[in-house]
Order: sequence, then C-alpha cells, then structure tokens
Amino acid sequence: MTPGLEEPIPPETELHDDTSPFNGTLGDNFDGNLDGSLDGDADGHVDGQGTRRGPTSRRAVLAGAAGAAGAAGLGALLLRSAIGDAPVSAFATSGAAHPAGHAAVSGAGRALDPGGAGTATPVPDARMLSPATGHGAGVNGATFRTGQVVDHRANGFDPTAVLRDFDWGTTSRLSDGRTLREWDVVAGEREIEVAPGLRFPAWTFNARVPGPTLRCREGDRLRVRFVNASPHQHTMHFHGIHPAEMDGVPMVGRGTIAPGEEFVYEFDAEPFGLHLYHCHVGPLAEHISRGMYGTFIIDPAQGRPRADEMVMVQHGWNTTFDGQGNQLYAVNGIPFHYMHEPIRVKRGELVRIHLVNILEYDPINSFHVHGNFFDYYPTGTRLEPSEYTDTIVQGQGQRGICEMRFPHVGRYMFHAHKTEFADLGWMGFFEVVD
Amino acid sequence: MAEPLLSRVPRSALAAGIVALIATGLAVLAALAGSVLPDRTGPPVESLVVERTVLSAPGTIELVVRNAGPDPVTVAQVSVNDAFVAVTGGEQPIGRLASETLRLDYPWENGLPYTVSLLTSTGAVIEHAIPMAAATPAATSASLLQVALLGVMIGVVPVLLGMTTLPLLRRAGPTASRVLMALTVGLLAFLAVDAGIEGLEVGAAGAAAFGGSMLFVLGAALAFLLLAGTQRLIPDTTRAGRVALLVAIGIGVHNLGEGLAVGSALAVGELALGTSLVVGFALHNTTEGMAVVAPLTALPPVPAQPDRTVRPGRLLLLAIVAGGPAVVGTVLGATLTTESHATFLLGLGVGAIVQVIVLLVPQLRRPEGGLDLPVAAGLGAGVVLMYVTGLLVAA
Repeated sequence: MTPGLEEPIPPETELHDDTSPFNGTLGDNFDGNLDGSLDGDADGHVDGQGTRRGPTSRRAVLAGAAGAAGAAGLGALLLRSAIGDAPVSAFATSGAAHPAGHAAVSGAGRALDPGGAGTATPVPDARMLSPATGHGAGVNGATFRTGQVVDHRANGFDPTAVLRDFDWGTTSRLSDGRTLREWDVVAGEREIEVAPGLRFPAWTFNARVPGPTLRCREGDRLRVRFVNASPHQHTMHFHGIHPAEMDGVPMVGRGTIAPGEEFVYEFDAEPFGLHLYHCHVGPLAEHISRGMYGTFIIDPAQGRPRADEMVMVQHGWNTTFDGQGNQLYAVNGIPFHYMHEPIRVKRGELVRIHLVNILEYDPINSFHVHGNFFDYYPTGTRLEPSEYTDTIVQGQGQRGICEMRFPHVGRYMFHAHKTEFADLGWMGFFEVVD
Repeated sequence: MAEPLLSRVPRSALAAGIVALIATGLAVLAALAGSVLPDRTGPPVESLVVERTVLSAPGTIELVVRNAGPDPVTVAQVSVNDAFVAVTGGEQPIGRLASETLRLDYPWENGLPYTVSLLTSTGAVIEHAIPMAAATPAATSASLLQVALLGVMIGVVPVLLGMTTLPLLRRAGPTASRVLMALTVGLLAFLAVDAGIEGLEVGAAGAAAFGGSMLFVLGAALAFLLLAGTQRLIPDTTRAGRVALLVAIGIGVHNLGEGLAVGSALAVGELALGTSLVVGFALHNTTEGMAVVAPLTALPPVPAQPDRTVRPGRLLLLAIVAGGPAVVGTVLGATLTTESHATFLLGLGVGAIVQVIVLLVPQLRRPEGGLDLPVAAGLGAGVVLMYVTGLLVAA
C-alpha cells in the first residue's frame, strides 16, 4: 500500500515549480482563487441581498411548476437552479428533471458557479431527493431538512472546490537561485450560510472558510502580504520554523495588525509537512472559531508520489457563541456537504488527504473512512507512514496525511468517529468510480 | 371659562373628542418614536415556546411551537439528542404569537429522554426537553371514551359518594354545622392554594407567549368577578340551595383544571393509570362532595322545606356541576390543550373557589360575631384532610 517513490512526481509540483526561467510573471501560477477572493471581500458585506433566493421565491418557482406542468422550459429552469449544489442523482427521480437534463447536469455537477438565474436552490420536497444520495432521515441517519443545501454562490466558496484548491502563490526567482513565493491574504468579515437557512457572521481569510490552502516547496522563500480589511485586529500565525517577529502573535515583532493596515510575513519554508495557519489575536478561541484558519502545505524537495490530492480541514461552528462546544461540525466549511456531493475518486488511484483539525471548544476530533485503510503520516514531516489504520484521532492543531487506494467502486462514508460530530454534520461520502 | 363651554357639549360628542385626541396623540407618538429613538443594538430576541409535543409511531415527533418573543423566528434546522433530523414545517419565519407545527423524523424509543434543539436562522438554540418519550394516545373515539370514563371515575363518582354524607350532616347541631362549613372552607382553601401553585408553575413553564403566570391571574380574576356578579341570577328558592350550587360551580371549575392536568399527564405518558390513581382521586374528591352538600345542612330550616329534605334530582345536578367538568377536562387535556389553556383554566378554578370562600366565610361566625375554636379546628381539619388525600394522588 505504501506508495513507492519511483512513481512519477505529480504534475502539479512540476508545473508550479519555478526553476524555469519563464516563471515569475505576475499571475503565472494563479489559479484564480485569489482574485475572486479579493473581489468577494471588497463587497463581502453586501453580498447575498440580491442574489440569494429566499424560500419565498423558491415556493414561487415550485408553484409555477405546478401551474405549467410539462413545460420543457420550466424543467430547464428548475434544472439550472439545481446545478452546482444538488447532487447529480438528486433529481434522478424528480418528475421535473427529464433524462436529458440529468445528463446535462452530470457534466456541470462540480461547477462552483454555473451562472444563470439562481444556484443552490433548496427544494423543500422530500420526494425530490433520491435515496441514492444516501443522505437519509430517521433511521437512515442525520440530515438537515430534506432537500435543503446552502447557497454556495452567496457564500462565495464551495467545499467541493475548496477540496482540491491549492494556492501555489506567485513565484519569482531570487538572486541566490531560490524561489520566492508570494501571496496576498485579506482578512475580512462576511455572513456565511453555514447550514441551510442559518447565517453565521464569520471572520475570514480571503472570504472563505477555511482560508486558502497555501502550498509551497521545502526551501522556498515565502512572502505573505497580509491585508486586514476587517474592523477587528488580526494576525496570521503560521505553524513552521521562522523568526519570532514573523510569528504573528500580539506584542512580538509587528504584533496585531490593525484594521486597514497590512504586514508582510516573510520566512523560509521549513520543515516540509502538513501545517496550518490561523489568527492569533485574543480572545484566541473566538478568532479561530469565527473561521480564521487555513492549511499550509510544504512539500518535500523531492515531491510526493502523484496522487489525487485533497484538503480536509475539520472544524466547527459555535453559532450560539457560548464557547461551550459547537452546534455544527464540518470539513471545509459546510456540514454534510460531501453527503450531498460525494467526493469522486478513481478506483485504484492513490488518494492523498491533507487532514487538518482546527476544531475549537472540543478536545479531540477524528477521521474514519469506510471500506478501506490508509497510511498515516503524522504532520506529514516524514516520508514513512507511522500507521496503517482506518481511524485517526487529532487534537486541535494536529494534522496528518492519509494515503489510500480504493479497490472497489461504490460509495464509502467518511466521518468523525466521534459520532456525535458526525451526526451534527461531520460526515461525507467518497464515490469510487472506474 | 372653558368649563361652561365643555359642560354644554353633549356627552357623546365629548367622549368622541377625547377618544380622537388620545388616538391622535398615540399616532404622533408612534410616528416620532421611530425616528427619534435609536434602533435596538442587540441581536434579535428569539423565543419559541413548545406548547405541545406529540410522539407518534413510527419515529415521528411533532412539536407545536409558538413565538413568545418580539421578533420573528425561523427554525433553520433541528437536532434531537445531538443529531440533525429531517423536519418539515416552520420553513417560513414564525411571527409574534403565531404558532407552527414542526414534524421531526426521528426513531425515538419508548421511555427514553430526548432533547430537541431548534437551531434558528441566527444560530441561536432553543431547547425542548422530552423527559420520557411515550406514544401520544391517538384521539380515536374509543380512546376518548376511555379518557372520559376516567374523568367520570375521578370526578363525578367521588363527588356523588361524598354527597351521601348528607343525612349524617343534617343531624348536626348548629355548632357542628358551622364546623362542617369551616371544614368546607378549609377544603376549598387548600384547593385554591394547590391549584394556584400549579397554575403559576404551568404558566411560567409553557405559557410565556400569552403572559405566562399573568394568564393565571387573569383567569382567577375573571372567574371571581363573573361569579360575584351573577350569583344573584342563579334561580333558586332557597339561599341554602343557591350556596350549595355556588360551591358546586366553584369546585366544578376547579375540577376542569384538575381534569386537564390528569388528561395531559396521560397524554405525555407521565401518568400510571390504575387502581391507586382512581382510588386516590376518589378519596380526594369525595371530600369535595361533602363540601357541596354541607351548605344544605348548615342553614336554618326554611319554610318551603320544613322537613329539610332534598330531592335526589337536585343532588345529581349538583354532582354533575361539581364533578362533570373533570370529564371535559381530561378529554381536553388528552387531546388539544396547551399550557396556555391549562394556565387560564386553572386560574378560572381558583377564582371561582375564592369567590365561594368569600361567600361562605360569614356563615362561620358565631351568632354573636367572631370565630371560635371549633370553627378554627374545622378549617384546619379541612386543609389537613385535603393534604392527606392529595398525597394519595401522584399526579
């Protein structure tokens, strides 16, 4: 099971490596995420007013559907509004979704922003949801109100996209031949629909929770320009080896970054492994639980074996702000998301999960995968796995890399094996296909 | 100067003018307050009261919730014992004082406790505890008949049994009669205090939307005033008969509230039905029968009834007035009632009883005025009797 190092270096690492003289142009390595995030932050406070469709308009659409049953145009409208949020199979049994439409959805099922009149329209009708989604009710397990999902478009991020979204920054070459890797990260505030119908006043890095997954290579020089566009003081505190003045804690070096100010955190990428960053301003628990955290990956110089890579940041939402635990648990922002949109992986392909736990207020978190075992690399700082298991426990701030191959096709759950967290949102599905 | 002018204005016109003035003043106030005063700085105040819980097989929990707060509340998601559940109902905001039925899909088990957490659109959590899950009896005609039969057994029959003490009571001399009346007042006083405590508790627990415990006070005041204002209208040829009927009415209204409590306890599975419950209530309520007939003996003979006999039909009527509401109460309690209803009805019962006490107290006085030891003993005995028989009923 242990992947051999003779496997080819993943193309991502090759592509974004900057030893090439052609690299270094601004925006060369942008994946588009940063631009979008900055825009989103600028108007973050007014988002959702006009674009988010409330239950009323949803009902109106359904009422219209009843009135004009059989109209092909209407069927298309319903479909279009379903793209992006509803799982592909969710409409398989729906009368409104004809087979042709179903096929059309399949292609765009992962799209973050399909455009069109509306996205993420929950359908308040139990019959619309196929049992094939696996997201049951009653004895079939925990679920939000049947058929409801959050409006990812209004939120400005989609956990399905977050999963495989690695931000390699902008690279250039230093005089000593090393790679300089730069990012802009903006702190902001925005309301996020963290569960259908429930809006949470989050504090964010680049307008998403978790913040961008910053990825680099061992030995890079890193320069993170941190802009505080929020009304509160914040910092970026990186896990890693760096000078004290780059530690991003109050009263050391620059200390807290006041609203409207900015600061450049600059340090070397070491040691290789799976790390994280978060705000370190007090009250610390609140700054973290509001959403100010993200993954920080330093790849080993020689790279890792090619794999289908993904990031899972385990966290919670304490919507009552009582500091006594969380009302919602999730990976990558939205509870139950991967129940609605299972993570597609290929049979036999190496899957690498960068698993981070930043859960506030609860002592431990855990990760369990069904129908499979994985090699576990604690903190990702060694190239040899420490354990071959199907369940791993992490305290807050702990992280590790899980590598596995699925030998069989089908749906396999993954969830916290602290099952209370699972029932409160921290569960999802892998969909293994050929 | 203005006085002669105003005095010449017709009274109706004056009233209309004053009403118009007040209305204008209020309108100006409403218009100004909004622009002058600052907006509320805090988050919305969200308050939902669960008025009724219905557990039905297989695996459904129904909550009737009412918005008891000033702001609309939207129930975004619902969890039961820390697991989110599929729920229908309450998708739209619930306005102030409006109510909504939430239907949860959850495989509950008989006899286990559950905590339902309503997660609102702002992230607030409103918790509702189900101390012990038990299937809510379906309101079929057969089951309602059984509930009604329970009401007859704990309400009407004991009162009738208590009335059979009449021949004995009639033999009592004037002092003994006063002691009996004192006993009755003691019984009633105990009932009033007992129901008062319960009414305030129920009101505080689940009737917040409609004023909570104030609903109890309202019911008590209304019942008191209603009986005080209408007792002269009660058709009866004798004062003794009228007093007995009033006592029966007071006890009857009380038994309505008591029946409600029994019926709703039955509905949520908190009440163990059986011989002990029925016998306990019977003993408790037999004393109420004594209280109803006591006035018939305590008064001096009247010319119309020289032999001091009372027709059986009259006794039956009194028994139905005093005990019948228990039947109505148990059926209501087992089917529709909410805490708000119960609070108000408990208040009505207490108000009616207090009015009857006010009516009876003058008769406790000695002819020369004042209370004496036997009467005080009778009052005490009434309270103790109710207390002891009340211990037999664990409801």
